Amino acid sequence: MSNENGLIYRISGPVVTAVGISPRMYEVVRVGDEGLMGEVIELHGDQSVIQVYEETSGISPGEPVIRTGQTLSVQLGPGLLTQIYDGIQRPLPKLEETMGVFITRGVDADGLDLEREWEFNATVKKGDEVSSGHVIGTVQETETIEHRVMVPPNVSGKVKSIKSGTFNIKETVCVLEDGSEIAMMQEWPVRHPRPFVQKYAPDVPLITGQRILDFLFPLAKGGTAGIPGPFGSGKTVTQQQLAKWSDAQIVVYIGCGERGNEMTEVLDEFPHLIDPNTNKPLMNRTVMIANTSNMPVAAREASVYTGITIAEYFRDMGYNVALMADSTSRWAEAMREISSRLEEMPGEEGYPAYLSSRLAEFYERAGRVQTLAGSDGSVSVIGAVSPPGGDISEPVSQGTLRIVKVFWGLDAGLARQRHFPAINWLNSYSLYPQALDQWYRDNIAPDFPEVRTEISTLLQIESELQEIVQLVGSDALPIDQQLTLEVARMIREFFLQQNAFHDVDTFSDLDLQYHMAKAILTFQEEAKKAIAGGGQLEDVVNVPARTDLMRGRFEKGYAERISDLVSEMSKQIDASMEAN
Amino acid sequence: MSGKEYRTITDVKGPLVFLNKTEPVSYGEIVQLMLSDGSIKNGQVLDTSDDQVIVQVFEGTASVDRQTGVKFLGDVFKLPVSKGLIGRILDGAGRPRDGGPDIVADDMADIIGAAINPYSRQSPESFIQTGISAIDACTSLVRGQKLPIFSASGLPHNDIALQIARQAKLVGSDDDFVVVFCAMGITAEEYNFFVHDLERTGALENSALFVNLADDPAVERLITPRLALTAAEYLAFEHDYHVLVIYTDMTNYCESLRQIGAAREEVPGRRGYPGYMYTDLAMLYERAGLVKGKKGSITQFPILTMPGDDITHPIPDLSGYITEGQIVISRELHQKGIYPPINVLPSLSRLMNAGIGDGKTREDHKSVSDQLYAAYAQGKELRGLVAIVGEDALNERDLQLLKFADIFEHQFLRQSRDEDRSISEGTLDLAWDLLSNIDTKYLVRLDQKWIDKYHPNEKSGKEEE
Repeated sequence: MSNENGLIYRISGPVVTAVGISPRMYEVVRVGDEGLMGEVIELHGDQSVIQVYEETSGISPGEPVIRTGQTLSVQLGPGLLTQIYDGIQRPLPKLEETMGVFITRGVDADGLDLEREWEFNATVKKGDEVSSGHVIGTVQETETIEHRVMVPPNVSGKVKSIKSGTFNIKETVCVLEDGSEIAMMQEWPVRHPRPFVQKYAPDVPLITGQRILDFLFPLAKGGTAGIPGPFGSGKTVTQQQLAKWSDAQIVVYIGCGERGNEMTEVLDEFPHLIDPNTNKPLMNRTVMIANTSNMPVAAREASVYTGITIAEYFRDMGYNVALMADSTSRWAEAMREISSRLEEMPGEEGYPAYLSSRLAEFYERAGRVQTLAGSDGSVSVIGAVSPPGGDISEPVSQGTLRIVKVFWGLDAGLARQRHFPAINWLNSYSLYPQALDQWYRDNIAPDFPEVRTEISTLLQIESELQEIVQLVGSDALPIDQQLTLEVARMIREFFLQQNAFHDVDTFSDLDLQYHMAKAILTFQEEAKKAIAGGGQLEDVVNVPARTDLMRGRFEKGYAERISDLVSEMSKQIDASMEAN
Repeated sequence: MSGKEYRTITDVKGPLVFLNKTEPVSYGEIVQLMLSDGSIKNGQVLDTSDDQVIVQVFEGTASVDRQTGVKFLGDVFKLPVSKGLIGRILDGAGRPRDGGPDIVADDMADIIGAAINPYSRQSPESFIQTGISAIDACTSLVRGQKLPIFSASGLPHNDIALQIARQAKLVGSDDDFVVVFCAMGITAEEYNFFVHDLERTGALENSALFVNLADDPAVERLITPRLALTAAEYLAFEHDYHVLVIYTDMTNYCESLRQIGAAREEVPGRRGYPGYMYTDLAMLYERAGLVKGKKGSITQFPILTMPGDDITHPIPDLSGYITEGQIVISRELHQKGIYPPINVLPSLSRLMNAGIGDGKTREDHKSVSDQLYAAYAQGKELRGLVAIVGEDALNERDLQLLKFADIFEHQFLRQSRDEDRSISEGTLDLAWDLLSNIDTKYLVRLDQKWIDKYHPNEKSGKEEE
């Protein structure tokens, strides 16, 4: 091709204009003498506009621009898990090796280790008919996760030969009769969703161990959730709790434009955390993408696509994948920054007019699907949103809320009272309970949905009563309403508050959540009886066993003891009535 | 490079100079402007193409004309660095301001600074005792953190910053901090206040100052913090110093950023600030931390004044999303005569949990801090209620909490400018004393084992038995 090499015409921050080449949209090019990686984002006459994934200081007009013919792609295959990438799938440990602690530029690194050898076990044999997405063999990638090697896209036919054994990921393990050679590694362009047969309606909850989320506002496997909240309200902690405790088999965590120290905390902590479902290190099932706020803005824009493509790849193997993006606002801001450098006509608040369609496209890549191989896999997407000033009327929050089915609204007021997780129970919602109720009845307790309704009704009533209390004080209320306030306080302090940094309290399984909720309702019932029988509210509220019940949740073995604690509480409440 | 001089200026607009030129010029390159009166101005390339180059002039464009000579120096902006920076006062562009000789450079460091690989960072977890109870107990600072002070005009943020600079130390360690002080557009009076205080306590010899005052060129403010942070990085990562960077006032910095954006006719974001302000601020704030294999550290204390006391203004808002918490100064407390007027409720330290607890501060620290917050928050809320219905309508629990809010403000928050409280005896024990004004059964955030061990009544009760 005559137009493979061009020259830089103009440089303005991360946006470089080249002349003398006619690339395709979103093609990857090499910019300047140092060969910085960039992506074509606009064609304008004979000029090609390129967003560059690395710092551009010191680059001059007249330096070369070289086409690669490829669009931005990720390498997929064994070796993804436990890895930590930047926004364009360069492994951070590898970058440290080649350039030290500071990220300089012009360094290439493969997303996967091409040399490392893996034990491949063929699961099809000569003569089998295979097609795209079909699993042809497995690799034990980590202690807990079996990597299923799939036929790459647009390849199908009869297996001519296949061999088990030790190979690196570029070696051919399988040959089809038409001569196609299949290795363990494949590549996929990040901006294209990977194919599947069909999407199903989600009907299984993603269990996170976080009481307010699982119990009141559940997310389904394959669902989408948005967590908007002002700074300091606990978005990142909530995201990290989900990454740690949710019962997905694979977790993809994208730190998009966030703090370096926070990312380090995640990187330090995860390898030491034990997955409650498998008792193996959580890192075994995790892929991390870290593009901190001071790393190049174009790579930040790409990072969410890199992440979701990896998530889809594991989905295609038949796994349930959970993807956390923290924060999608930073991603949107990266779009805004690039858009303004392109001098595009801005939409609301300077964001590009295509903001909401990009958000929708991204969230739409979530879902529970029938994979090409016929199995069942899902990608659940949980996106944090950082609205300026905590005001969710801004474009990113609104664009997100139009798409997602679960809204976990973080509240600065709650955070200020150190009520964590600071999720507002009055304005948060989930559209999944109806689809999931049958699952709860079958697997946890037949009356699970009713208990949930009762708890949320109590919270609703409390908020109405609080308005009256604000005016006249709580002593002016009738005794049954005072009791309701006490019960609601118990829901808030005992059930909804959960300490992410406490060894025991950090995770409650659904069974325990159900029993805790029941304990609160039992207290309400017993207290009502006691008061009807002449007991004093104060005595009932202050029975020592109730304090034990509430404080007990911080102790190991609470799940076994909770029913004893509840019956002790009932006994003491009874006794308090008799004392009168 | 050639050092060739161009006289091809076409437009001058605000702090920007546009010129046509003949040879390729790099993005970010340093530029010298030779004025007809013989004076020299410095600038940097903001946009470059075959046809046109846009230069941002640090000293402003007064007296620049079409005959002004423009020289491209072929390099990006670099700061001469050496240990000799300590004890020096430099201006906003890195030239000596104290009448001393030029810095003898051991190295020339690019002032833009590269991002630290997140994988190469080390988690900050060494507690810094500031001797200020509100900070130590409720928003504990750790080495390598960036914790801004959100203040507003007329509030004593400078006193607080200086008190921190003076008293900050690691418990059980003699390592001193080197202070890098960066002034952006503050008044000469404020500057003198800082310098005198640093002089008075002998800290000046242990400090490097980069000073751009209110009457210095506004555009220069865009490089001043980068110089300061470059110096800090050099001292921390080449010479193992623990560096405390104080910069004030971030609001002036952001104003300059907006000025450049406006001159370039960029599409503005919120309130006219450029859309890339988040990224730009991150490139300053993120230059804090610790890295694996190096002994030094950078801890940042940016000070910003919130326009109109509004915490949702873009400057505090974007800062809050990048920094690891914030210390919020309250006008209400200040007017009550309480120093330091730190409102602990919206204040936060995100790295607190990593730096406190057994072996670091004290085992009960987290519980005590949570309880202080909860009790004070509820007490403050009750003040609103009391204003409407009077104290008589409150029950026993609420009355105790209401009283606690006052006690907390007057005995816990309040301390003198020279009072250096130790974390264990000075701050946490005081907290227990004050919490004992509330009935134990209402102290639900405290683990029973800490109540048994530290609560003044329970403790003495035990001793008597």
